[in-house]
Amino acid sequence: MAISTSTPPDGAPGIGAERQRRRTLLHRLDVRGAPYAFVAPFFVVFAAFSFYPLIYTSWISLHRVELSTLNLMEWVGFDNYTALWDDERFWNALLNTFTIGVLSTVPQLLMALGLAHLLNYRLRGSTFFRVAALTPYATSVGAAALVFTMLFERDFGMINWMLSLVGVDNIDWENNKWAAQTAISSIVIWRWTGYNALLYLAAMQAIPRDRYEAAAIDGASRWQQFLKVTVPGIRSTIVFTIVLSTIGATQLFGEPLIFGQGPNGITGGADNQYQTLGLLLYEEGWKNYQMGRAATVAWAMFLLLIVVFVVQQVVKRVMARKA
Amino acid sequence: MDKFRRKLRTRVVAAVSAASALGLVVGCGGSSDGGTGGGRDGDKVTITMGLFGVMGFKETGLLDKYMKEHPNVVIKADVAGDEQTYYTALQTHLAAGSGLKDIQGIEIGRAKELSDTQKDKFVDLAGVAGTDHFLPWKQSQVTASDRKVIGLGTDIGPMAVCYRKDLFEQSGLPTDRDEVAKLWEGDWSKYVDAGKRFKQNSKDDKVAFMDSSSGLFNAMIYGDSQQFYDKKGELVYATNPVVKDAWKLASEAATSDLTAKLRQFQPGWDPGLANSTFASTVCPAWMLAHISEKAGPKNKGKWDVAKAPKGANWGGSFLGVMEKSPVKKEAQELVAWLTAPEQQAFLFKEIGNFPSSQTALKMPEVVDAKSDYFGGAPIGKIFGAAAQEIPDEQVLGRKDGTIKDIFSQGLTLIEAQNKRPNEAWKTTDERIEKAAG
Repeated sequence: MAISTSTPPDGAPGIGAERQRRRTLLHRLDVRGAPYAFVAPFFVVFAAFSFYPLIYTSWISLHRVELSTLNLMEWVGFDNYTALWDDERFWNALLNTFTIGVLSTVPQLLMALGLAHLLNYRLRGSTFFRVAALTPYATSVGAAALVFTMLFERDFGMINWMLSLVGVDNIDWENNKWAAQTAISSIVIWRWTGYNALLYLAAMQAIPRDRYEAAAIDGASRWQQFLKVTVPGIRSTIVFTIVLSTIGATQLFGEPLIFGQGPNGITGGADNQYQTLGLLLYEEGWKNYQMGRAATVAWAMFLLLIVVFVVQQVVKRVMARKA
Repeated sequence: MDKFRRKLRTRVVAAVSAASALGLVVGCGGSSDGGTGGGRDGDKVTITMGLFGVMGFKETGLLDKYMKEHPNVVIKADVAGDEQTYYTALQTHLAAGSGLKDIQGIEIGRAKELSDTQKDKFVDLAGVAGTDHFLPWKQSQVTASDRKVIGLGTDIGPMAVCYRKDLFEQSGLPTDRDEVAKLWEGDWSKYVDAGKRFKQNSKDDKVAFMDSSSGLFNAMIYGDSQQFYDKKGELVYATNPVVKDAWKLASEAATSDLTAKLRQFQPGWDPGLANSTFASTVCPAWMLAHISEKAGPKNKGKWDVAKAPKGANWGGSFLGVMEKSPVKKEAQELVAWLTAPEQQAFLFKEIGNFPSSQTALKMPEVVDAKSDYFGGAPIGKIFGAAAQEIPDEQVLGRKDGTIKDIFSQGLTLIEAQNKRPNEAWKTTDERIEKAAG
């Protein structure tokens, strides 16, 4: 501090220049260096909790190693990967991840779009409805899944009770493949619809009002306005939510795990009828205690996400060119 | 001046953020010393325990009693609700060498794996004074190949059949517990036959004879000394006649529609107890507490307990002391006290965990115990007799717990998904190969 506050004594030019140089050096360090210091915490955390695990996981996936004896590793090369490729459980889990993903993402985004459109109208207590739309998102996966599990229970669940009122026999939600996948999707839909609706709403409000007015003057109905003005206006947000939902669907884990409860949750039902990739990873690692095979599934999921991402980029570009 | 202040501010912020980044790194590397949580401070001793389920030590106030008798001891017990979660954490802690407690609970299904792969991390309890009172087969389950004993026994799970008197009556079956026991004396297939009679004469087709076929399967295999593995540690389930017979009979019960298609301790089972959707279940001693709690006061006196066709053991646990613990001596004393005959008898009286101590089995609190909820059934005598029938040697295997789960899922395939028994066996076989291979 003394350097910058005291004035140079008797104006000796040599010392002054030296000080000046030091000062500019410090200044440069400050300007150039400080930003790195600011972003450092993130990268340190990223290195410790993302990058290192990523590398370590790939190392483990080349070994045969059990959870209780992590110090004993047996090199097996790419055996785990070829075994996974030949394992029908993997393809089953992949297909389930896909079907549950579609079952949950498509209705979810459509409903969110509709909900956002309604919220976009001028209406009384709009803040209340917006907050209400977001509440499910704030509940924990665990709580939501537990409640839905009770609702979908075979003998005494509320949903079967309501269905019995209209003459439908008890459905064994858990043991029937499509029923189980629908039930799990409903948990996802319930939690995320409001969240996506608010994203759409934010984008919709950025659409200039005069476009609607112009459309109305041209005689467009509400529905036509929605299709021709609103949807094109928020196209990039729609793509964004599709990306987010796809990532979420690929990693689906908590809902099916809790839906099945106990050993059946881990294997995604007695017949693996709703086992997702996340559950398969968990089963290999934390039920069979085969960390090498679990790490292989983790990498397969990672590669899959990259593939999905690339495909989406391509689709986006093609769509942009068309537009 | 203003410029200077701004500069100072950026510098301070930069320094703080750099320091905090460093702090994060240090925080990750050096916080854990790999201890077990326990320790000594002057003459105060802290002992930590890792437990699961309802082992009863904390719940019945036994730990408080011990602390009162030993004012210099503080016990901190962590109780995990679910054993699967508990064991996964224990394995991770064992592998990492940190996060362990001084005393760790061991479930029977894990005993073999731990004594095979982790015995170095446990204290040898073979020589602890006053611990020669256990059933011989109980202690042999946690004895490693070099005679090292890694735990002391808590409870065991002798089995009987719990049944509903009122539901048995409405379908013309006897209701008196001795007559009911005679109905299936000596052979589990007679239990299934009784079920067929029940189904034929039942006036309410919403009520099933038993809860699940996997309960029956468990009861049958646990009555034999050899189950999934042989003594050399080889998998023999596929050729073991006991397993084959149990599978056959359990799938027969499943395909004859005698079960409520429930899974024990899973959703639907508890409301099934409360709403009477099944008339009987094979029940180890520790299950009585669960049934009485879930079936609730409105079903009190409707339940009763009858002797099972054959004695079998389902479940039971141990307490082990970690080699790393700085309070090994005190922890061993605590484990010896908690598993002593008096405490075991007390726990049986309080929550129904059946003693593994021979001395406790002869104590009047155990022998003369009756269950109010189960129509005054002499549970001490019934389960005591069942305990005597349990084979003296029980061969455990490393993946017993996992294989048991896979088998009950295999039976669910038949029961709830209408798979053919052959097909379900094939799937089960493949799964065990993947899980245990």
